[in-house]
Amino acid sequence: MKDYLVLRVIAKLMIAFMVMFALYVQFHGDFGPGGGFQAGVITAAAIVFYAIIFGLPAARAVVPDRLVEVMVAAGVLLYAGVGVAGLLLGGNYLDYFVLSADPVDGQHRGIFWIELGVLISVAGVMLKIFYMFADRDGEASE
Amino acid sequence: MIAVITVVIARARNLFAVVVLFGIYSFLMATVLVALDAVDVAMTEASVGAGISTILFLSALHLGKGIEMKPLRRPFLPLAVSIATGAALAYGTLGLPAFSDPRAPIHQHVAKRYIEEGARETGVPNMVTAVLASYRGYDTLGEVTVVFTAGIGVIALLRRRRPRKPGEGS
Repeated sequence: MKDYLVLRVIAKLMIAFMVMFALYVQFHGDFGPGGGFQAGVITAAAIVFYAIIFGLPAARAVVPDRLVEVMVAAGVLLYAGVGVAGLLLGGNYLDYFVLSADPVDGQHRGIFWIELGVLISVAGVMLKIFYMFADRDGEASE
Repeated sequence: MIAVITVVIARARNLFAVVVLFGIYSFLMATVLVALDAVDVAMTEASVGAGISTILFLSALHLGKGIEMKPLRRPFLPLAVSIATGAALAYGTLGLPAFSDPRAPIHQHVAKRYIEEGARETGVPNMVTAVLASYRGYDTLGEVTVVFTAGIGVIALLRRRRPRKPGEGS
């Protein structure tokens, strides 16, 4: 769909806002609806949109396969790592109170990091699945 | 409206139409969830159910044929089983406490503490986030692991084809 001028221009405009909205959903999850799962899916959707308009190779150039695969694992590791950090600082596993001198502040920190882990993992998995499916299609038509 | 769409989905043979109808169904479901004051779930339903699943269904559809096969047998036994199960579930709802009854057992256990102490203990105004990320951190870790496992599964299943050169055989 690279040849459609309108689609291309609109896509360029939209993708910035989509990623922005994903970040808003991510970091505003404390106050409004949203969180890592939703933000991860919206991020993945923005990149899938890019891939649909500009073609899979272009999307792969922006977000390479390797990075996506690392993201899949890094998110879970980050989440689990927050738990281990709590352990090392003398709390229970996934205890956020110990992450900062002020327990409420520690909660904020813990939630921030685990939500980030969720975002990274979810976005990675969604993108990876899409890449895999789209890639097989390209293989079949060759 | 949801019922109508469900019937159409079951009747339709063109899978492309089915995928589009699934998207509509998800958005309607999200509307229902907003009406039930579950904004977080509604948002998930709209983005995951209507957004990403539609894309994944479409890309899967691209690999296969667009028309559903004719059923091999008459679906009366499965139909009877689903109707019986549905009836049993509907009968079960009669025993549930009234909708949003504050004295229902589910509100007596830990939910009370989440609502009364949650904002003070975690400093997070959105109760859903507080429960999901803080009180139920283990469960959410499990969920992320499920997503991770799904991704790894897809990679393991689909990756195998890539290194094979054409003409090498299986």
